Amino acid sequence: MNSLLLVGGRVIDPSQDLDEVADVLISDGKVVCVGPGAADKAPPETVRIDVANKVVCPGLIDMHVHLREPGQSAKETIVTGTSAAAHGGFTSVLAMPNTSPPIDSASPALSLKRRAEEHAKVNVFITGAITKGLEGEDLAPIGSLKSAGVTAITDDGHCVQNNELMRRALEYSRMFDLPVLDHCEDRSLVGDGVAHEGRYSLVLGLRGWPKEGEEVIVARNILLAECTGARVHLQHLSSAGSVRLLREARQRGLPVSGEACPHHFTLTDAALAGSEEFWREDGRSLLGRMRQTEAPPSWPCYDPNLKMNPPVRSTADREALLEALADGTITVVASDHAPHCDFEKEVEFDHAPFGVTGLETALALTLMQLYHSGKMRLADVIKLFTVGPARVLNLHSKGTLRPGADGDITVFDPDAEWVFDRSCTASKSFNSPFYGWRLKGKAVLTIVAGKIVWAESDIPKVW
Amino acid sequence: MTWTRKDLLDLQSLSAEEISTILDTARVFKDIGARPRKVMPALRGKTVVNLFVEPSTRTRISFELAALRLAADVINFTAEASSLRKGETLKDTARNLEALNADFIVIRHSAAGAPHFLSRVLKAHVINAGDGAHEHPTQGLLDVFTMLEEKKRIAGLRVTILGDILYSRVARSNIWALLKLGAHVTLCGPPTLVPHTFEDLGCRVTHDLETAIKDADVINLLRIQHERQRKTMFPGLGEYTSLFGINRARLKAAPPDVLIMHPGPINRGVEVDSEVADGSQSVILKQVTNGLAVRMAILYLVNGGKLPQELIETDAGRTSDAVNSQQATATAE
Repeated sequence: MNSLLLVGGRVIDPSQDLDEVADVLISDGKVVCVGPGAADKAPPETVRIDVANKVVCPGLIDMHVHLREPGQSAKETIVTGTSAAAHGGFTSVLAMPNTSPPIDSASPALSLKRRAEEHAKVNVFITGAITKGLEGEDLAPIGSLKSAGVTAITDDGHCVQNNELMRRALEYSRMFDLPVLDHCEDRSLVGDGVAHEGRYSLVLGLRGWPKEGEEVIVARNILLAECTGARVHLQHLSSAGSVRLLREARQRGLPVSGEACPHHFTLTDAALAGSEEFWREDGRSLLGRMRQTEAPPSWPCYDPNLKMNPPVRSTADREALLEALADGTITVVASDHAPHCDFEKEVEFDHAPFGVTGLETALALTLMQLYHSGKMRLADVIKLFTVGPARVLNLHSKGTLRPGADGDITVFDPDAEWVFDRSCTASKSFNSPFYGWRLKGKAVLTIVAGKIVWAESDIPKVW
Repeated sequence: MTWTRKDLLDLQSLSAEEISTILDTARVFKDIGARPRKVMPALRGKTVVNLFVEPSTRTRISFELAALRLAADVINFTAEASSLRKGETLKDTARNLEALNADFIVIRHSAAGAPHFLSRVLKAHVINAGDGAHEHPTQGLLDVFTMLEEKKRIAGLRVTILGDILYSRVARSNIWALLKLGAHVTLCGPPTLVPHTFEDLGCRVTHDLETAIKDADVINLLRIQHERQRKTMFPGLGEYTSLFGINRARLKAAPPDVLIMHPGPINRGVEVDSEVADGSQSVILKQVTNGLAVRMAILYLVNGGKLPQELIETDAGRTSDAVNSQQATATAE
C-alpha cells in the first residue's frame, strides 16, 4: 500500500466548505480522509510530510492549455507542458485540439491519450474539435471523439462562425453530455485585429480587435444554449460586455459558464505602449501590491509577449472581470497557456503569433489580484481552480478532497514572494509577459494520484 | 539643448524642444541645399542602408539624396529583391546588414513598431521612414517645418488634417508634433476613418468639411489609401470626393490665405482637384524640398552632429576653406 500523509496544513476544500488545520491521508492514489483521524488511519510505512503553515487543497485544474502535441513540439511537449503545470500547482490540464494535425477524429485523439498516459507528469484531459480540421464547415465525428475519450469539444483558436452549424453542434453534443467550449470571436468584426481597439491601438497604429467581436459571439452562444439546452462554456472572456451578458444569462438559469485568464485580469492595453506607460497608468495599484523594492519589471512598447487572442483590454474590462470572478459570474480561472518559440515571437508585432504561457504564473497572479487585493476569500479563489472547472467538465472525482476522490492535491504558500525568471521555467517556451515580476503565492508541492510530481526544494519531505 | 537620441522612432516620445532642435538644424541644411555646392560631408565614411520592406519612391529617394548630400555611402534594399522574401526574419536581415557595419538603418515597414523592434536588436542608428499606421516622423517634421516657414509660427496655428486619419501614419506624426508645439488640430473625414478616440489625444474631430476648414490656417490633405482599406470603410471614391474632396468652390469656405499641403502621392480628382493642388495656396512641392533638409538634419543629429549654431559656424569655416582650396587649385594650374 502506497500512502502519503500531509501533516498540519491548512486544508481548504471548497467542495465541502472545509477550512481548518488538519491532516490529509492519501492511499493508493485516492483520498482516504481529512481530519483528526487521518494520522491514526495511516499505515506504518506512510510517507509523512510536514505542511504546517501551508494551504492544502484539491489539486488545481487548468482547463485551457496548449500542450502542442502532436506536431508542434518545438514549442512544447507533453513532458515540458505538464512539468510546467506541476510547477504551477496544477494536477490536471485540459489540452486544446488545435495541434498539427488537429484532434478532430478518434485516431489522433487516441494516440494523444496514449502519449499522455506514457509521458505526462499530471493528468491530461483532452478535447476534440467541433468541426473537421477546425475549419468551421462540417461537424467533426463528435461521437467517435467521445468514445476515444475526449472530455469536451472546442475549436479553440478558431470560432465556429456559422450560427446554424454551432446550433447543430450544441444539439448533437447533448446526446453525449459533452460540454462545448467556445473561443468567442466574430471574424467579420475582428478581421486582422491584433490589439484591443481603443486609445492605445489608435496611438500605436495597431489594427483594432474590438470587444464587440467577442460580445457578439457570447450573445449568440447564450441564445443557442437557451435554444438547445446544451451546456456552453465561454473561454477566456476579456470584456465587460461579455461579463454583463453572461451574468444575465446565469441569472436566468441558462446552462452557460465562463472562464477568465490571469493576463486579462492583470494587464491592460496600456502595457502595449511599454512598461513605463503601464506602471504610470493602469498598473499603479498592482505595483503597490507587488512591494517591488528593485526597479519595476520593464518591457518595450510593441512587446510580442503581450500579443494574445483575445487581447488584453481596458481597465474597465479588467475590473469587470475581477468583479465577475468575485460575484460568481465567472466560475473558472484558466491560463490559456500558449507556448511559442522565441524565434516565432521575436518578430514584428503584427507577424508574431498570438499567445502567452501561463501555467507557472496563473496561481500567483490570481491570488494577487483576487485574494491579496481583498476582493475574495482564499477558499473562493481556490474554487475557481477546483470546483469551478470540475463542474464544467463533469470531473466528479476531481476538485474535491472527499473520501474516495482522486488523490490530487496542491500545497501552496499564499504569501511566498518570488520572482518569475527564465531559469526557473519548466515550459519549453518563454513567451510570458511576467518575467521579472515579483509574484506572491507559490505552489510548494504538487501531488497527482498520491505521487509527488513536484516539490519545492525546501519542503521537509520525509521524516 | 543637446541631442542625445540614437534613433528617430516616432514624434510622440520627443519633447517640443527636441522637435525645435530638428527644425532649426533643418533650416541650416535647407540653406546649404540652396547653394551651388550642396554637399556637407558630415557622414563621410558612414553607411546608410535604406531598408524599405514596404514600397516607397519619394521617401526613399529623399533619404538617399539626404545621405548623399552628407557624403555617406548608401545602399538601397527592397523587400522584393531580398531574403525577406525567402522567409528570413526582419531581425536576421537587419543583423546581417549590421554585420556589414551599416551605421544607419532607415526603415519603411508595413508593421507598426518594426523600427522600435529593430532599435532593440541593433546598435546602428534606426530611423523610421514610416511604420504601418503608426508614425512617419520625418513627414511630420517636414510638414511642421513647412508650416513654420510659411506661417512663421506653430503655436496657436489652426491646422486641419483631412481624410483617412485612422490608417495614416502621417496624421499621427503631424498630430504629435503640432500638439507639442502648441497648434490646434482638427481632424475631418467620415466617422469610419476618423474615430472620436482621437479626441483623447487633444484633437478636435468633425465630420463636416465646412466646420473643419472655415477657420483653418493650414489644410493638410491625406491621400485616401484605397489599397489599404476594405470596402466597408466608405462607399467609394466618388462619394468621398463629393463629401470631402477639396476644390476651388469648397475652398471659398476657408480663409483666403489658407495653406494647402499634401504628403503625396496625390490622387488628383479624389481628395483634391488639380486647380487647388497646383494653385497659389499649395505648398506641396515645397514640402518635398523641405523633406530633404529635414532628413539631412535627422541623419546629422542622430550621428551626434553639432547643434544648429555650431553647425552654422562649422559650415562657414568649411565654405571658406573650400573657396580657398579652389583658389589654390586654380593658382597651381
